[in-house]
This record gives sequence, structure tokens and C-alpha cells, in this order.
Amino acid sequence: MRRLYSHFGDRLFAFFLLLLALGVVALALLMAYELYRGGSLALGRFGLLGFALGREWDPVVQKAFGAWPYILGTFIVSFSALFLSFFPALAAAIFAAEYAPRWLAQIINFLLDLMAAVPSVVYGLWGIFVLAPWLRDKVQLPLYMWAAEHLPGLLPLLGVPTGYGLMTAVLILASMIVPYTAALARDAIALVPKEHREAAYALGATRWEVMRLAILPLARGGIIAGAFLALARAVGETMAVTMVIGNSHKLPYTLFGGAATMPSVIANEFTEAVEDLHLSALIAVGFLLFLVSMLVNSTAAYVLRRQERLVKGVL
Amino acid sequence: MTAKDLALKRRYRTERLMMALVALGTLLAFLVLFLVLAYALFQGVGALNLDFFLKDMRPPGETGGGLRQAIVGTLIVDGLGLLIALPFGLAAGVLLAEYPDHPVNPYLRLLSDTLNGMPAILFGLLAFILIVKPMGGFSGLSGAFALGFLMIPILARSTEGVLSLVPKEIREAGLALGLPRWRVILSLVLPTARAGLITGVLLAFARAAGEAAPLLFTAFGSPLLELNPLKPMDTLPLRLFAFAISPYEDWHRQAWAAGLVLFGLITLTSLLARRASRRRF
Amino acid sequence: MVQEAVDVHMESRNLVVRYGNRVGVGVGGGVSLPLYRHRITALIGPSGCGKTTFLRALNRMHDLTPTARVEGEVLLDGENIYAPGVDPVLVRRRVGMVFQKPTAFPTMSIYDNVAAGLKLVGIRDRKRLDEAVERALKGAALWDEVKDRLRAPASGLSGGQQQRLTIARALAVEPEVLLMDEPTASLDPISTQAIEDLLLTLKEQVTVVIVTHNMQQAARVSDFTAFFLNGEMVEFGPTELLFTKPKDPRTEAYISGRFG
Repeated sequence: MRRLYSHFGDRLFAFFLLLLALGVVALALLMAYELYRGGSLALGRFGLLGFALGREWDPVVQKAFGAWPYILGTFIVSFSALFLSFFPALAAAIFAAEYAPRWLAQIINFLLDLMAAVPSVVYGLWGIFVLAPWLRDKVQLPLYMWAAEHLPGLLPLLGVPTGYGLMTAVLILASMIVPYTAALARDAIALVPKEHREAAYALGATRWEVMRLAILPLARGGIIAGAFLALARAVGETMAVTMVIGNSHKLPYTLFGGAATMPSVIANEFTEAVEDLHLSALIAVGFLLFLVSMLVNSTAAYVLRRQERLVKGVL
Repeated sequence: MTAKDLALKRRYRTERLMMALVALGTLLAFLVLFLVLAYALFQGVGALNLDFFLKDMRPPGETGGGLRQAIVGTLIVDGLGLLIALPFGLAAGVLLAEYPDHPVNPYLRLLSDTLNGMPAILFGLLAFILIVKPMGGFSGLSGAFALGFLMIPILARSTEGVLSLVPKEIREAGLALGLPRWRVILSLVLPTARAGLITGVLLAFARAAGEAAPLLFTAFGSPLLELNPLKPMDTLPLRLFAFAISPYEDWHRQAWAAGLVLFGLITLTSLLARRASRRRF
Repeated sequence: MVQEAVDVHMESRNLVVRYGNRVGVGVGGGVSLPLYRHRITALIGPSGCGKTTFLRALNRMHDLTPTARVEGEVLLDGENIYAPGVDPVLVRRRVGMVFQKPTAFPTMSIYDNVAAGLKLVGIRDRKRLDEAVERALKGAALWDEVKDRLRAPASGLSGGQQQRLTIARALAVEPEVLLMDEPTASLDPISTQAIEDLLLTLKEQVTVVIVTHNMQQAARVSDFTAFFLNGEMVEFGPTELLFTKPKDPRTEAYISGRFG
């Protein structure tokens, strides 16, 4: 009798767990569905491709909505940020995993956690009041003046040196995504079996040669997965970018001049959007952002799974 | 056997060069973090006073006042969000860790990872569509839902991680006593993992407390102290954003103070989390 | 069997290895052990006896363990490899090592694995590399099995083949001494046989020191045997003598299977 009762309790408990856990499933499906439905007015009007590739975004006069400037902006900003941050992040990972004494490695690990935890608005605040003015006065203006005198052909590429634009956004973003690459790379390096390091040392390799021969090839998957995760973060980063990018969707983008990304246009225009079509277009941008994020994240997960299999095969 | 030949000299040159590059890269990786922290500290300390915590903000152009309404709002919106997220996140984590063969687990894991990687602003969009639109206006509650959505996958994965560290002997001992599985989980496994679970909750709370993007068109912000979650409410990140892009000097000062408070909150929780997670079972 | 006159190639004098305060090997005055040129010396003893710790001292692998300290001398052709100014990278080129688990670099091809050590020292010449790789693979009795797929990834080889690949990799840089740490412990009997056969031809090129927990293996392949127990070297002598007429009662107890 007791047995039957407890069996019933177990089933009830598992049922409730399942019910609540299905909330997670529902949340993911709802997000995809609601973003699609919310954007369907704009997507229906312009077609998915027409919307994604349309270069005109004019909520006021033409009431035309094409997301291409934001897609392009997201693409440029996030890949440039990844490119800038990749090697410093890898260096930090190598340093923490191989070169640093334990106490220093612990500090680095803490700093990496902290870097990922500092709110995006705080980075943006620093960007607005410190980085942007500094870049404008110490980098952009001198470069602009120099180009005006010696190489006028460069000016259209540089754009107006306001401080608030592509360059500032990329620099801020690059430093924000360091911990994602660094943490995964560090873990992958730490997982390389001791025997492989020793085998390389026993061949008469120096420290760096051990890194190159035995460690980095085995950790490659984790490092690449980390880069994809960092890219995913860069794609979705909203506040810091919005605060410094200048929010202009006028193509072509220039190095110093304003630009815009998918998240930044949503953050900027959403509360001002009064017309249904405008609102729907912004949600449609959110839907595209959803798709891109999913693609990048799944790639990272796939690479990581393959890496785990490689290391397991070696152990 | 001393370093004589040229090839070896070249190898050691590479060695030193790479070592220098690694050190330089490491410094570069942390440069902006240091600068941001230094500025937040110096600018923020100068702007921080008792009024910051005790008074509401003043209208543009006037000096003085504080951000009481934003601090209280952060606690309410984030706290409500946590209440919304906890049952779902915990249940999903328990299901993943304690019922490893459950047929929904692969999908559950995949989808919570997918949600974990989603830009925070999309949770705001979802809350806007699901709550703000039907209710006909911005509200603290809709902000709480946005943050709650954001926290659910974080809680699910951290709970799963912590529970998987609980030694299986504890479960076996309970089952051997004739306890049903649900009792084993509730009275043995979860209490054993308490420190880790609290860490996970703290980290999720801190992460949400720093988010502004999901709140832009849900909680929306409010210049006055608002305790009714059905009305628009202020939070620190929202206010910081609004102040930072405003033209008023005194608001800039307050923005730095808000940045410092946020940063202090984050550091404190990460330190606490670190301490708690270092303890083993 | 009387050994023909042999000279000492490598030699430890009063060698002690400590991990922190714990003595890893060298209890009671340190280990003094001669390793004869072109002979196989086996280090035997129960696990934890210090034989591997001793082996790793012979090519300064302990340099990689921050807590480890080495005292005493290890002479290679009369020169102390622990003397100040001696570069461990160069020591390890002359004293190669093969580990218990096959450690072929899994992302590299068979060819690149064998050539790895040579490329490190700056040999880029295609022809020289080709020759050296072939010689090393033949030396490790692997050539016939892999000569048609040198460009294939090393991870495709069986465990026994991978272990012979790591031996080939160690041989390619033409070391004088080859240290082997239980090289057959993770292999099946057929692969073990192949490696034991290989050892007998290897000693024409190099001096071999092999750690094994398998006494039959030591008896089959080695010319000299040293018996370690609890961090102390108990007895050393020609293998036949040590196994038939051990001097120390502890050695006798071990080889007759009374412990370990």
C-alpha cells in the first residue's frame, strides 16, 4: 500500500516538473512565433527577401522599410569586433592556462567573469564620455586633417570625425566580447591531456613549440567555438552599441561616421514607433536578429560537440 | 650542451617573442575593463552621496536629488522577474539533472541553450507583445516578465550544473532507505546543493539587474517613485541610459553614480558566487 | 651469460627527487645507477616505488612540475645534465622518451608526427625529412603498415600502431638514449609482442631504459635490471643474475610474487 502511494507521489512530482519545464520549451517557441507574427505585417508587405535586402528605411515620408542597413551594420560591427578581440582573448587564455602562476591565473579568471558581468550600459557610459571624445580629438581629427592634406581620396572612407560612430562601437564591443572567447579557449587548453604536453617536451620542444605542436591543435575546436559565442554576443549587444554608434542608417557607412545595427535600431525607434507598419518592421528586425543569433549559437554548439569528441578520443 | 647553434638561438628568439606577445595580448584584453572600472570608481565616488539613495530624481536642469525611484524600481522589477523565473528555471534544471533519461531532455537542453544565447532585447520584444500590448501600456510587471524570461534559461542551466555535482551516493542512500524519489530530491539533493543553487540565483539576479535593453519598452522608466507594478517603473540601467544620452551635466554626474552602484552590485555578487561555488559538497 | 665489456653511457649519482617535502625517489642516500651503452636496462618494482620518478629525472621532465626538486647528478657521457647553464631542451633531444599512453598528435598526419621533432630543429629539406621519416618508421617496425598512407591522420591508427608511431617520432631526432615509461601497459598482447621484438633491434642504435611493472617483460627484453621499492633502489645487476640469484631478500620476495 505504502509502495503504491509513493509510486503515485513520484509520478505526480515528475508530472509537475515536466509541466513547469515545458515552460522553457513554450518560451522558446513563443519567441520564434510571436516575433514572426509581430513582424508579419512588414514581412508580408515587402517579402522576407525584400525586407532583408531593402536599403530604404523611412518611417516618415515614404513609409518604406528595408532592414539592409542594419543587417550590414550588425555584420560589419560584430565581425570587426571579433577580429580585434580574438588574439588578445586567445593570449589571455594561453596566459591563464599555461604561463601564469596559479594565483595570477585565478585573478585573470575572476577578471574574465567580471568583464562578462559588467552591465552593458556601464561600458556605454564610458564610451560616451571617455572613449568617443578621446578618439575624436586624438585619433579621428588628426587622421582626418592629415588625409585632407595628403590623401583626399581617403576622406569618403573616413567620414565625419564625430567620435560617435562605427569605430567607437567596434572598439567598445571588441573589449566586451573578450571573455567569451577567452573562457572557452582557456577551458579547452586546460583539457589537453598532460601526456600530450610531455610528449612534446620530451621531443625537445620549447614552451611555445609545445603550445603549437601539442596544445593548440587539440584545443582548436574550443577556441573556434569561443569565437562563435563571442560573435553571437556581439550580434545581440544592444545598449553599449546604441550609445556610441551614432545611430545613422545612411549608407555607405564610413569608419568614423554613424552607423546602426539590428539591436540598436530596435532600441532607438521602438518607443517612438506609432504606426503599426513601423512597429511591425521593428519586430521583423527582431525576428531576423533571432534567426541570426540562433545560427551563430548553433554553430558554436556544433563545433564544441565535435571538440568534445576529439578530446575524448584522445584520453 | 649549452645553447650554441644558430637554429636554437632562433627558436629561443621565437619563444621570447611569443611570450611577449602573449603578455601584451593579455594586457590589451583587460585594458578597457581597467579603464572602465577606474572611471566608474573616480567619477562615481565623486557623485555618490546619501541623497542618491534617499531622494528621487530632479527635473532636467536642476541639480541635486537622487535615484531612489530607480533603485527601488530595480529591486521590485528584478525581484518580481526572479519570482516568475524561479519555478520554471528550477524545474527544468531538476528535470535535466535528476531525470537524465527523460525523453524531453534533449529538446529542453537545446532550447534553453538557444534562449541563453538570445540577445536580451528580444526578451523585451516578447514581453512587449505578450504583456504590454494586451494590457494597453508600459508597466513594471511587463518589465518583470522580460527579465523573468531572460533568467529562466540561466537558472535552468545553472541548476542542472550544480545538481550534477551532487554525489550519487546521496541519492542512493536515500533510495536505499525506502524514500520515494521526490522525497530524495526535495529533502536530500536540493538541500545538499543549496549553496550552489543560491549562487546560481544570485548570478541570474545580478545579470538581470544590469540589463536595460529588455526594459526599454516594457518597464519604460519613470521619474517618480512608483510602487504599483501595473504602472511604468524606473530601474538603474534604464535611468543611466536616459541620463547618459541627455544634455544635462548634473544628470551625467548621476549616471556615473548609477554606473558605480551597478558595478558594485555586480562585483559583490560575483565575489559571493565565487566563494559559494568554491565550497564542495 | 657473461656480458662483453660495456661502457657506461649515462649514470645517476646520489639522485634524489622530492615533491615538496615528500621524497619521490632516493630514500637512504639517493640512487646511483649506471646505464650501459646499447643495452636495455629495466626498472621494476611495485607501483609507487619511484621507478617512473627516477626515469623522468633522466631527461629533466621534472622541470615541468613546479613542486618537484632534483638533487644529485645525472651524467650523460660524463657531463652533468643538471649543471647550471645546461639547456633542458637540448638534453631532451639527446634523451628521448616514450610514454605509457600513445601520444600521437591526433590532428597531424603520420608523416608530420614523425617529422615533428626534426622540423623543430629547423630541418626543412624535403628529401632529408623523407629519408629520416622512413628510417624512423622502419626503426619502429611500422613502415610496412603505413607506407601507403603517410598523409593520413595519425588518429586513424590502432593503439599499438600509435605507440610505435611515438617511438618512431622519438627515434627520428636520433637520440642517444630512449626512456620508455611502461610502453606496453595500455596495449594488447600482439602489439606488446611487436614492441618487445622492436626493443631488441633498437638497442643497436640507442641505449634503452624501460620502466615496467611486468617482471616477465623485464626478464625477456632487458640486459640489466634495477629493482625499486618505496623510493629506494634495492638492487641492480645483470637481469639473469637478479632474477635467479637475488642478493636482497626483498628482491627475492618481489620476483617470487610475494608482494606487489
